[in-house]
Parts: sequence; structure tokens; C-alpha cells
Amino acid sequence: MQSIKERFQYLFASTKGLILTAIAMIALVTAIFGMLSGPMAEWGVREVVVRLLGMRLVQAEREGRIIILYHSIAMAVIAIEAYMITSLLKMKGFYRQAVRVLITAGYILTMIFGLGFAYWGYNWAFHGLFITGLSLIFFAGVLLVIALWPWTKQYNQPDETYARTKGGVDMERVAFFATALTTVISSVFGAIPGSFYGNGFETFMAQDIIRLPEKTVMQYSVIGHLHIMLALIAIMITLLIGRWLNFRGILHKIAMPLMILGTVVLNLGVWGVATPLEPVAHMIIYVGATPAMLAALLLLIWEWDQLIREGTAHVNRPNFGQKISALVRDPLRFGPLWQMLFMNFTTSFVGIFMAVRLDAIFRVWPASEERIELTGHWHALSAIIATIILLYYGDIIGLKGRIRQWYGWSMLILSDIALAAVTIFEMKRLFITEATQQPLVNTLMVLMDFGLGMLLVVLAVLMVWRLLDLFTGKGRWKEEAGQELSHEVKA
Amino acid sequence: MKRPILTALLLAVILVSCAPVDLNAPVPIYNTGVDPNAWAVIPRGPFLSGQFNDPVTIDYDYQVMVTDVTVEQYVSFLNTALADDTLKVDKDKIVGLYPGDMFRGFKHEVRIDAGNYVIVPLKDRASPFSYDGKTFSAKEGWENYPMANVSWFGAWKYCGASNWRLPSEFEWEKAARGSADDRPFPWGRDITKNNANFYQSGDPFENMSTFGSRSSPVGFYNSKSYDGYRTLDSASPYGLYDMAGNVWQWVGDILPGFSDRFMHGGSKDTYEKDLRVWVRNSAPPTYYGPGVGFRCVRDTK
Repeated sequence: MQSIKERFQYLFASTKGLILTAIAMIALVTAIFGMLSGPMAEWGVREVVVRLLGMRLVQAEREGRIIILYHSIAMAVIAIEAYMITSLLKMKGFYRQAVRVLITAGYILTMIFGLGFAYWGYNWAFHGLFITGLSLIFFAGVLLVIALWPWTKQYNQPDETYARTKGGVDMERVAFFATALTTVISSVFGAIPGSFYGNGFETFMAQDIIRLPEKTVMQYSVIGHLHIMLALIAIMITLLIGRWLNFRGILHKIAMPLMILGTVVLNLGVWGVATPLEPVAHMIIYVGATPAMLAALLLLIWEWDQLIREGTAHVNRPNFGQKISALVRDPLRFGPLWQMLFMNFTTSFVGIFMAVRLDAIFRVWPASEERIELTGHWHALSAIIATIILLYYGDIIGLKGRIRQWYGWSMLILSDIALAAVTIFEMKRLFITEATQQPLVNTLMVLMDFGLGMLLVVLAVLMVWRLLDLFTGKGRWKEEAGQELSHEVKA
Repeated sequence: MKRPILTALLLAVILVSCAPVDLNAPVPIYNTGVDPNAWAVIPRGPFLSGQFNDPVTIDYDYQVMVTDVTVEQYVSFLNTALADDTLKVDKDKIVGLYPGDMFRGFKHEVRIDAGNYVIVPLKDRASPFSYDGKTFSAKEGWENYPMANVSWFGAWKYCGASNWRLPSEFEWEKAARGSADDRPFPWGRDITKNNANFYQSGDPFENMSTFGSRSSPVGFYNSKSYDGYRTLDSASPYGLYDMAGNVWQWVGDILPGFSDRFMHGGSKDTYEKDLRVWVRNSAPPTYYGPGVGFRCVRDTK
């Protein structure tokens, strides 16, 4: 009994255990529900899964199902970020405990009962528990915002190598606070339309109505919500990676105000989509996105410079090859920033190109083509955020030596192969016609399936290893039970 | 040793993905037994519209073509229209006069003034017809396939030439769904690969290693077997064929401030989710593609 209690304590009360549980839950959901679409559906796997698990899939409810699935996964990702924040940043014990308890109960309720409602015949009690889960996460978010309040002396930054005000206020903490606060506010833009179900609001996928010239306020609200939530998850993981790597110095001093400014302006722009400011909202969004992305770039420059310096410290005058070799010697430190850079090729540049050439190129094709581009765009961004978390997680669990190299490079190479293929797939109409595209589509599909499939296999191996570890008396879990991420910040 | 293997692999991937596609590969020839000149009467009355089953009433009877307009029907129209100067050749396309739409200046709205607009392209290898400089004819075997690679203007002209019209979205949806229930597909609640021609549906017209999915003869999914390939009767409650899959169908609605035109029904290139009767696609009226066709409606006499 005691041994079960200890493991339960590890999985649901320790930082590393909570992160492991959430990753395992996401992996499980991805593995099961990933078999319901794409190539798995084409190969007939979906029918088997539906029959085996007794799912009840109603055609008219497809959009609602997918929205609940996205929320189930996203809530677990938000929980992981909350665990990282509460472990990396100073805060009162009560808040740390309360945030963790609420968000854990919240995402598990959301996932289990949301998916139960959506895929196994809509039991309204399940729907109520799904909403309860989301509400708990919202409440955890409010507490986190309070816990992160930066204008308190005890949280001042005494070290001048970090971004701080003249009075000592920690600018990095302000960035965390701004991101958490705007996340809580932005969730309301999804919650309000959600609460109008039955009162005239109907489920839709944003990519299906994107071309319609007139949209309702509720539709604009949902479109704004989905954009900003993913952007904020991305901003938060950037801040977390910066904290883990101990981002500091002059670039930190420039980056943090940029990140705060970018986050606030970006949010104002996206909230503006659901207000009379809609005609200028996109301009405000661009104005906000630019400093936020610049801040991420500064983090990248700082960390890569660190990696090169550390890796060539023993060489008197390192040449280019030695510098590159030093840069890539640790995939778990190089990788998260590389993924942020790679994101520009798969997501940012594609998005900007689409926005700039929308009428001239993209809107001469059918809406179904634009839908592919938009869907690919969001999937690529989500996948990149997931790989960044998994790369950091590799360091959290202390992977070393050859396993660290294999795990890190597998994550990077496999995801980048898949995401490069997704990007070409999205943009294929630029260089190939519908009638002649099939061989290219086949190749891209193979690359996507191989990349994502193998990545999931690597993740599965990791999860099985961690599961087996739980059966050993003095396993890794025992060491991790008392460890905090703040103690593992890079020197 | 590793480098040559990787290079060879990369080359193989590039070669496979750039393999030429034979667009003139012969098509299977099947007589489906469904008459493309037939019309079905849709009686006045209510039906459930859209994904959320909004009650809508159409207060007049109308008739809808039982099948999509075929290549044979369309080339006959093209030859007649060229002869009487309704349409004309303009470089690499056939154009026809359109009176224009009211421009409201909405974001992304494209101005469509009165003028000549593309009906069909002349040099697109994906077209199911050929043109020898004087006469149009269906490519061999394609006669009873749905006319595709035709713009919205081309569909609008065809229907208008006989005093018919393109269906409105409501007319199209009622014809596809019937008025008895809220079925998502013309034939009922569930879809199997033998119900319709959609992406990876495994029909005799697919070859995923070369040209991919191709359209099927009109009325193909009528419970007959073709060379051992068994189809299910997938007619709509009013007896219309191919209201889901095969080719998207242009409809006639013009939304104020929106220059795109809508299409319904999904196609050979889409997953089954797009075959649900309420799903909309849209494109500029000048767009044409191998997966887009149409059918007409007319008023009852």
C-alpha cells in the first residue's frame, strides 16, 4: 500500500511526476485519436478502432468532436507549462499547491469527460464534468496570475545581469505575469461563445468560414481565441526555455521588455478582432508579433553563443567547423531554439506570405485549398511547441550520453522532416496542378507519416521505459520525486 | 558508405515525387444505365437545412438533373454556342459574356464587371474534352463522365442557354437530402467506400501511384457491379445520382460582397467529411479544375 502511495505521490504531487503524467496522457490521446483521421482512416484503421472501442461517431458532430479533442490536448499542455512555471519561479507555497491541484484535476476531468462526451455518445453529465474541468483550469490560471504578481519586494531581481527596473522589479517575471494574465483573459473569448450553445451559437471550424465576408461577433471571438491561445502557449514555452537556460545579460535586458510589449499588443490586436476595431486588428497583431518574435530571436542568439563558447573553451582560436560542432553537440539545448527558428520556415514565413499574397495567389484557388494551408499551419505550430516541450523534458529526466543524443536528434530530425513535408504540402498549389500532384502528394505523405509516426514511437519507448521504471523500488522516479526545475537551471 | 546511401535515397525520393503523370491514360468505359437527360421533380415543402437542421421551406416545385452535366452534353453546347457566336475563342480559352455583379467594396471582394469571362480552358491537359480549332469533342471514353474543368461562368452559360439555371444552395441541398430526415449523405447516415467516389475510396478510377483519383461516369453508384466492383445504390431520396463525391457542383447563389461562388457535394479529391450535404466549398467564378462540375435546375411547367 505504501509503495502505491509513494508512486501516486510522485505522479500527482511532484513536479517531474506531474509533467510525466500529463505527457503520458497526451501521448495516449494522440495515439488513439490520431488513428481516426488521415492515412489511418484511409488504411481502414479507423473503422477497427471505432469498433473496438465502441465509439459513436455522428457525422454532424464531427466539428464539435474535434474542438473537444483539441481542448483536451491543449489543457494538458497548459498544465505542463503551469507545472514548469510553479517549479521554476518563486511563489508562495499555497499558490504553488493550489495551482497544481486545480489544474491537474481540471485537465484530467476535461480530457476524460470531454472525450467521453464527444466520442462515446453525448452523455450530458460528462459534458458538465468537461466544463467543470475547464472552469478549474481557469481558476488555476487566476491563482497563477496572483502568484506571479511581480511588484512585490520579495520577488525583486537583485542581480543586475538580468532585465530589471531601476526599482529592482524582475522584468522576466513581468513577462510571465503578462503572458499568464492575457491567457486567462483570452480564454474568456472562447468561453463566452461556448456558453451561447443552445442560444443561437453553432459549432464551426475557423478554416471553414474564413472566406465569408461577414461573420458574427461570436465567430470572430472564437477565431481570435484559437489564434491567441496557441500564440500564448508558444510565448510561455519561450519564456520557460529562457528561464531553464538562465537567459541573462544585455540581450535579456532587451528581450524582456520586447516580450512584454509584444504579448500585450498582440493580445490587444486579437481581442480587437471581436470588436469594432476588427478592420485594424491585423495591423495591431503584426505590431505585437514582431517584438515578441524578436525577443525569441535574442534568446536564440544568446543561447547559441553560449553553446559555442562553452564547446570551444578548450580551443584557442576555434574555426567555423569547431564552432558548428560545439553548437550542435547537445541536441536538447540546441534543439528548442532550432525549433523556434524552424518554426519561421514552416509557420511564420508561410503565414506572412499568405497574408501578403492572399488575394493575388491564394484566393484564386478554392476555399478547400486555403483550408489545407490553414490546418497545416496550426498543426505545424502545435507540433513544434510539443517537440520543444519534449526536448526540455529530455533534460528534465536527466538523459545523458548516447541516449541524450539519440533522443534529441530523433525528436529534431523526425519532426522537421514531417513539418517540412507539411509545409510543401500546404504550398503545393504554387508549383503543381491538381491533375499532376499525386506522386508528389504520395512522397510528402510518406515523409509526414514517417516523421510523425517514428516520433510517436520514440515517445512511446520513453513512456514505456518510464512506466517500467515505476515498477522498480529505487527507480528514477524515486530520485525525481523531490527535485525541482529551479535547481536545474543552467549555470 | 553512409553518404552514398543517403544521396541515393534522396534521389529516389525526388524521382518518385517528380514522376510524370499520364493524363491521357485511358478511362474505364462503363454504361451505368442512368439517363443523363433525365430530370427529377422536387416537390415544394419544408426540409432540414445545414449541419444544425434549420427548417427551411421552398414554396415551389422544381426539377433537377438526375446526373451532373456530362462531357458529351457540354461539348455539344460548346459547338452550338461557338457556331452562333454566343461564345468565342480568346487565345487559350473560350469566353462568354456575363452581365456583371454589383460591387460592394467588401474586404477581399473582387470586382466582376460586365464582360467576357473564361468558360473553359483550351490547353489544359486535364480537360476531358479536346478542341481541333473548329470543333469540340469528348476525349475518348469520357463521354458519360461529368463535365469538369468548367468555370462557374461556363456552368451558368450552359444552364442559361436552355432557360434553365444553376440551383440555389437550398435547392441543391433539398435535392440531395430529401425532406424526410436530417441525413448527412444523400443515401442515408453512413458512408462506405462503395457509396461514392471520394479520395482513397478504392474505386476502379483511382491509381494513386500516378494520376490519383479520377471522376466516375455519371450515375455509377447505382447498386450495379462493374467488372466485379460492386456499388451501392447511392441515389438521393429524389433519385439524383452523384450528389456526394465525384465532382463538386457549382451552385448559383451570389452572396452580397462576396465574389466567390459556392460548390457542394465534395469530390473525388476530398475526404468523406466534404461529402456531407451541408458542406460548402467556394472559389472565384473564373476557377476551373478537374474536380468541379455542375448540374442545372428548371421550373416545373
